[in-house]
Amino acid sequence: MAKKPIGPVRRAFAPWEDPNAIPFIEFRNVTKRFGDFVAVDNLSLSIYEREFHALLGGSGCGKTTMMRMLAGFETPTEGQILLDGQDLAGIPPYKRPVNMMFQSYALFPHMTVEANIAFGLKQDGMPASEIKSRVDEMLRLVKLEPFAKRKPHQLSGGQRQRVALARSLAKRPKVLLLDEPLAALDKKLREETQLELMTLQEDLRMTFLIVTHDQEEAMTVADRISVMDHGHIRQVATPGEIYETPNSRFVAEFIGDINLFSGQISEVNENDARLFCTVLGQHIDIQGAGKVTAGSNAAFAIRPEKVRISLDKPEPSNANVIPGEVWDIAYMGDVSIYHIKIAETETVRAVVANTTRLVERPITWDDKIWLSWDRDAGVILTK
Amino acid sequence: MDREVHSQAYTKSRLGRWALIAVPYAWLLLFFLAPFVIVFKISLSEVVVSIPPYQPVIDWANGLAGVLDTARQWSFDNYIWLTQDAIYFKAYLSSLQIALIATAITLVVGYPIAYGMARAPKAWQPTLLMLIILPFWTSFLIRVYAWIGILKNEGLLNQVLMSLGLISDPLIILNTNAAVYIGIVYSYLPFMVLPLYSSLEKMDGSLIEAAEDLGCPPMKAFWQVTIPLSVPGIIAGCFLVFIPAVGEFVIPDILGGSETLMIGKTLWVEFFRNRDWPVASAVAVVLLLILVIPIVLFQRQQEKQREAA
Ligand SMILES: Nc1ncnc2c1ncn2[C@@H]1O[C@H](COP(=O)(O)OP(=O)(O)OP(=O)(O)O)[C@@H](O)[C@H]1O
Ligand SMILES: [Mg+2]
Repeated sequence: MAKKPIGPVRRAFAPWEDPNAIPFIEFRNVTKRFGDFVAVDNLSLSIYEREFHALLGGSGCGKTTMMRMLAGFETPTEGQILLDGQDLAGIPPYKRPVNMMFQSYALFPHMTVEANIAFGLKQDGMPASEIKSRVDEMLRLVKLEPFAKRKPHQLSGGQRQRVALARSLAKRPKVLLLDEPLAALDKKLREETQLELMTLQEDLRMTFLIVTHDQEEAMTVADRISVMDHGHIRQVATPGEIYETPNSRFVAEFIGDINLFSGQISEVNENDARLFCTVLGQHIDIQGAGKVTAGSNAAFAIRPEKVRISLDKPEPSNANVIPGEVWDIAYMGDVSIYHIKIAETETVRAVVANTTRLVERPITWDDKIWLSWDRDAGVILTK
Repeated sequence: MDREVHSQAYTKSRLGRWALIAVPYAWLLLFFLAPFVIVFKISLSEVVVSIPPYQPVIDWANGLAGVLDTARQWSFDNYIWLTQDAIYFKAYLSSLQIALIATAITLVVGYPIAYGMARAPKAWQPTLLMLIILPFWTSFLIRVYAWIGILKNEGLLNQVLMSLGLISDPLIILNTNAAVYIGIVYSYLPFMVLPLYSSLEKMDGSLIEAAEDLGCPPMKAFWQVTIPLSVPGIIAGCFLVFIPAVGEFVIPDILGGSETLMIGKTLWVEFFRNRDWPVASAVAVVLLLILVIPIVLFQRQQEKQREAA
């Protein structure tokens, strides 16, 4: 089993690639129904010890339900959940080595911030002096030292969220479930806390399962991401794989921005393929297309930052080249997003870094330009 | 100009507020303060055999001079009398004690009921609430009388217990303090259950989940989370039972025995049997003064509640 190194080098940690690695948390064909409604549908997922795993998906797709089943507040209608090889069925929440940060915070309104954080530690019968130092440590972590004696209703939303985070972290559980833990924080504090969480997870060797609506956050903190949709998992992979090689249109469109060209595979040559795009009336060459069969319907997907634009026609030696016209430019500060009209009803987005000042923009509205990208810059999606 | 409009609106809203406040104040003045003043005035007079059975009686015909003339004859003798006969002190003390014990029993009985109601499926809750309020639809007096039929020696309770073979001789409950406790707990239970229910029903269920998640077993979570969060309901319920129970007359009179000493009964005896209106009035005024303390505490607590919400 691959050992996770201490320190900032996280790349070597990939137990999911090791066929002999034993998962720490395992959902085995878990289904959860509420009456007729299927919230989680025959879902299987393995999470490894010391992994930082993110659940990503639209509202109502079953993320919280999965966490609640793991924490013991909901019983799976079918299937099994294993933790460290042990079936969790029948084990009450207070006996599971799992702590959860609730989406609604669930802070005890009659207790001070301090007492809220100490609550779990007291249940374990930890000596008072140790509780005190642990609570102080947690307060420092979430930067709430001056608020230790306040009650939850005397705090702002973001401060409450941090108390909830501190309370769930205080016991240093084997598994920590974080349901949108940073959603109410401002960008700077969120980024700081993300880093703290990552450091803490490394140092304490905990396994984290996080729900977030912020893709950037998932990309930053997670070792692997599960993309969920209507109670199913669509793809489980590292952030890089999810972004660069999405396995379906759903995942491709869910994570980041993407240009899709529908068409038909016209030629397959080992690992290369050629797709005829009906809207363009033109072929697209793809290098490393994977397993595709000629004649099948598919879509070519390419991220906007991998599309180049130029006024002069580039050499088509190793690239796909398409003519277009600048339809709109969205200025974002660091980059500009060009909407390029390539057919009557079709536009392609290209991201260009703003390396020069705005006034000197070389390509502007209504310019006739050329789009190009390398043959290995995009992927073929068959689903 | 802008300021003028503003100040006009301000005056208007202030007027509106005064009008609004005036209604309850007028009500209190008419139905609380005025009777109190009359009772207080009677408590300062002296008993005589006549109609009305006390004197001096204000001679309204002489105007202010008549009133002043009467006032000169008023005295606190009746209050001094209350301290001289131990029976009054004992009756006050016993009333407080009975009310206190009855309140505690009502809390113990009412809490599980309120808890069960708050935890019941949302669709049932209005029905359960209705069931709690339902007894109010029958006369209080009739319901207390009905307890005689249940508690007496050959009553329903003894018949059932004896036919089950649990007891061989009937339990003597009627005309004892036990019957008084049963009567008070039964009669005032809704006043305990309703505030408890309202504070338990408001409680966020995820708090218990959070407690359990942090390693707290359900029973402990009940003591550490549920009970502390229902304290406002407990306080409100206890005051609502305790305050009227202290002055209760009907229940000790109907269900209690000769041993049952309660100030309400003492008052009745002074008023109707001894026809001593002045002493009865003094008893009533002192009772009110005793109850003012818990009433003020209750009001304070309610205010604090409102501020916190
Ligand atoms: N107790 C319940 N009874 C009935 N339906 C429920 C219950 N809990 C959840 N659901 C339903 O299950 C689905 C999944 O809910 P869940 O809370 O897991 O969503 P989620 O992915 O966490 O969404 P969000 O991102 O909005 O928090 C939702 O459609 C929800 O309405
Ligand atoms: Mg959720």
